[in-house]
Amino acid sequence: MERMVQTEDLVFEYAKRDEEGNVVGTQRAIDQVSLEVKEGQFIAILGHNGSGKSTLAKHINAILVPTEGTVWVGGRNTKDADELWNVRQSAGMVFQNPDNQIIGTVVEEDVGFGPENLGVPTDEIWKRVEESLQAVGMISYRHHSPNKLSGGQKQRVAIAGVIAMRPKCIVLDEPTAMLDPNGRKEVLRTVEKLRRQEKVTVILITHYMEEVIDADRVFVMDHGRVVMDGTPREIFSQVDMLKEYRLDVPQVTILADELRKRGLDIPAGILRKEELVDVLCRLK
Amino acid sequence: MSIKIEHLNYIYSQGTAYEKQALKDICLEIPHGEFVGIIGHTGSGKSTLIQHLNGLIKATDGIICYNGENIYGERYNMKELRNQVGLVFQYPEHQLFEVDVLSDVCFGPKNQGFSREECEKRAKEALKLVGLKEKYHQSSPFELSGGQKRRAAIAGVLAMRPKVLILDEPTAGLDPKGRDEILEQIAYLHKETDITVILVSHSMEDIAKYADRIIVMNQGQVMYNSTPKEVFAHYKELEEVGLAAPQVTYIMHEIAKKGLAVDTGATTVKEAADSIMEVLGK
Repeated sequence: MERMVQTEDLVFEYAKRDEEGNVVGTQRAIDQVSLEVKEGQFIAILGHNGSGKSTLAKHINAILVPTEGTVWVGGRNTKDADELWNVRQSAGMVFQNPDNQIIGTVVEEDVGFGPENLGVPTDEIWKRVEESLQAVGMISYRHHSPNKLSGGQKQRVAIAGVIAMRPKCIVLDEPTAMLDPNGRKEVLRTVEKLRRQEKVTVILITHYMEEVIDADRVFVMDHGRVVMDGTPREIFSQVDMLKEYRLDVPQVTILADELRKRGLDIPAGILRKEELVDVLCRLK
Repeated sequence: MSIKIEHLNYIYSQGTAYEKQALKDICLEIPHGEFVGIIGHTGSGKSTLIQHLNGLIKATDGIICYNGENIYGERYNMKELRNQVGLVFQYPEHQLFEVDVLSDVCFGPKNQGFSREECEKRAKEALKLVGLKEKYHQSSPFELSGGQKRRAAIAGVLAMRPKVLILDEPTAGLDPKGRDEILEQIAYLHKETDITVILVSHSMEDIAKYADRIIVMNQGQVMYNSTPKEVFAHYKELEEVGLAAPQVTYIMHEIAKKGLAVDTGATTVKEAADSIMEVLGK
């Protein structure tokens, strides 16, 4: 597998300024992060508020460039100004609040905005708009106004807008934080479909532990560093350590843990309800 | 303060092409001191409903009574109502504006006309209630972490000493620890004082853990109004309207299907664990 994203000793410092705008100090948001994401992988990034997740995400499509160290996206160095547009085209980004990134007054125009800016010919734009809206299951809303949609629908339109630019990789920064349970399911199903059918590399940042159980790999961040790195099962079997990093485990895992503490013979790292049901039935 | 809502209707943009009935014939009673959860899909009318409760939106028709007094009555003191019914909006930290945390929290009582000493006293008390330590009082609100900002903003409402506290998704976007901290503080506040709490949330797990009673909104109407156990027993109907039951409830149903006589009405991890131990424990 090809490398999609690679960071080497990545450091990012925000400048602290006084009221006149003079730099009075720096704050290190990312501290020596080296990681690798392969093409087609589903990566999840967990971490408390202020742990550096979003700052890291913004390096993947060159909204931010490293203070020290290097980030390569699809083999391109994000510091290379000549490659900026290629980097942004290969890595698309979806933010928490869909209202912040929907700009069109009609759904299909909004989705067409990205490819139009890339200079894609008109016929091709329409083709991409149609395909993208199909992929997120929003094609029947193509002539609707985005502000009449539900949160989950808006977020899917935002995702369509990103995939219309045909990125190889998509970074989702807490895409479900503002959504109701159904909206959350819609968005996750869409992301799942993109991975399976379009083979898009997915980097998902979230505070919902349940959303990452299918990830190929999970990174946990704290104080700008990657402090845990492993499969969901490896990560979620360390309940106490996750709690120290202000995180949590899926409710199934909490229940399994609680039952083990009360003396039932249950293995660590249970992630799915089917697993717990099976184990309990064997204890019958 | 007890709340009674009778046949409340609200129509947006009445008489225009965009006319939409957001609330339909809502009848509810919330006794003094209750902890009520409100759930519903996006656009179900939750936020419209809670904005009626402190008079930010005036009903198209129907009445709302606090302690038996109709707030739409001619002589009703709406300003006083807003002092007593504190509303914490979504992302309340966007409303922080002062130079330091303490001044920001003083803003509410200052507008209520209290002296500077009294404002500070109330602000400090509120900051203590939300668990923001004194070392942050002089910090700029913008230097705080996401969870701390959120707590400072909630303190701003508490400093007005409301008798009813309404929170619209107070944990959206917070990390799990921040989420638990805020909800624990609210539960503590509810236990220590006689405040009525109305919590709007998209997290079924949180609502199940903290609310005495759940109101389910769907298409502008009250669909269910009962205990967590009874409401989440309708998990299939809830799914049809874009909601769900807490994960543990699903697990209990699965286990029951396999022939173990566990309580399918469990809605929290503790209830589920108790029931499983009863069946399997020795």
